[in-house]
Amino acid sequence: MAIVSPGFHGRRRADPDLPPGQYLTTDFPVLSAGPTPRVPADRWQFTVTTETGAATTWTWADLTAMPARDVTVDIHCVTKWSKLGTTWRGVPVSAFLEDVDTAADYAMAHSYGGYTTNLPLDDLLDDQAWVAYRYDGDDITPEHGGPVRLLVPHLYFWKSAKWLRGLTLMLEDSPGFWETAGYHDYGDPWREQRYQGD
Amino acid sequence: MARTAIPGRLTWRAATVTAVRDETPTARTLTLDVPGWPGHLAGQHVDVRLTAPDGYSAQRSYSLASASPTVELTVQVLADGEVSPYLGTAVKPGDQLELRGPVGGWFVWRPTDPAPVLLVAGGSGIVPLMAMIRTRAAAGSRTPFRLVHSARTPADALYATELARRTRDDAGLDVHHVWSRTAGRLTVATLNTHGWPPDFAPACYVCGPTGFVEAAADMLVALGHSPRLVKTERFGGTP
Ligand SMILES: Cc1cc2nc3c(=O)[nH]c(=O)nc-3n(C[C@H](O)[C@H](O)[C@H](O)COP(=O)(O)OP(=O)(O)OC[C@H]3O[C@@H](n4cnc5c(N)ncnc54)[C@H](O)[C@@H]3O)c2cc1C
Repeated sequence: MAIVSPGFHGRRRADPDLPPGQYLTTDFPVLSAGPTPRVPADRWQFTVTTETGAATTWTWADLTAMPARDVTVDIHCVTKWSKLGTTWRGVPVSAFLEDVDTAADYAMAHSYGGYTTNLPLDDLLDDQAWVAYRYDGDDITPEHGGPVRLLVPHLYFWKSAKWLRGLTLMLEDSPGFWETAGYHDYGDPWREQRYQGD
Repeated sequence: MARTAIPGRLTWRAATVTAVRDETPTARTLTLDVPGWPGHLAGQHVDVRLTAPDGYSAQRSYSLASASPTVELTVQVLADGEVSPYLGTAVKPGDQLELRGPVGGWFVWRPTDPAPVLLVAGGSGIVPLMAMIRTRAAAGSRTPFRLVHSARTPADALYATELARRTRDDAGLDVHHVWSRTAGRLTVATLNTHGWPPDFAPACYVCGPTGFVEAAADMLVALGHSPRLVKTERFGGTP
């Protein structure tokens, strides 16, 4: 049972759009494990590798020539902040998987700088996940994962890998960077899946 | 990267405040009694949950300031904050709070790590780094440590008296302060002079407000430190 702190009143900004344990911010905080990698757009590449090792690569020019979507989504960071109504432009992840022959159920996102995060492949399909290259009408800054980041807003934001460089498709799930350090393999903010075992 | 053990379910635990200590005019340390505390590594944090009488609750993360198994948190009060003014001014000995943890297996230092250590702290970002300094001392480790701490003024510096005592008694620990109100922000020159040469491949830990961490981590990389050896913890604030 919760312990009540009589002198604590909080900020009374309970918001139906916020998952449990989250608070609203209008800033855009940063969560990363190390220094921010700086990848020039003209050197950026994105590679999808299947479980058999077959690889397909796209460049910045390829990416920005693909049909893009403008999306407005809420984002939820495991460090407790949520930001509502953020706007992004990106290409649906499905577009990169159309011609890929795979039986995989999971994917590992890889970043410049070595970061990784694992996701079920189903969570990357349809209108749920984007390879994003614009935020709030501008290029994505390096602190926020530019030039290109993954955007999977229905999961905690560490799943939306910054400095995205590839997806490796996997038959079995395997933990990424934060997941190895004890964070949840799936990370649904509405079920408050912050840590392993939640 | 080595795999760390996956902790069991992180349940909420009842913690009782056993002592409260002023560190600066705007920061306090809470000593907590946490039955069943499993112990922690230097650098890990806990999540604290406060619940108001009507059931409204709020959670924030706080680093462990103490060497395991003592549980101490140091909270810097942000004047317009929701949680830190309560923890930093209202809480008194005997009060209870809920916490869970320890959390985080990446921003940690173990006494068995052989590399020299560079700690770079902005403001209250010193808290998890102080846990490393205290853990090193408690373990009798001789790993050379250097701390560069940026604080607004000497009156804002956490743990200044303890650090002065520790550097006097311990040749393996160096501390350099940057008073940002008078000397300005941390510079590459300061990190170059008071850090370790990149050739020594030191383990670097950078912690503080997000903007500070971004700047300091970039400087370390520019000085030639491998990004893989620079671990960061961002406490918040606008980048
Ligand atoms: C892993 C981790 C460990 C942490 N360890 C500590 C710790 O040991 N000691 C400690 O005092 N805090 C620590 N923090 C920060 C802490 O979790 C809270 O963010 C902080 O106490 C502010 O909470 P609040 O509810 O008072 O303010 P809020 O109501 O959340 O915020 C008030 C305003 O302050 C801004 N703000 C939030 N954090 C900061 C900051 N650090 N600097 C400048 N502006 C900020 C917000 O953007 C907002 O505008 C840690 C954070 C993380 C993620």
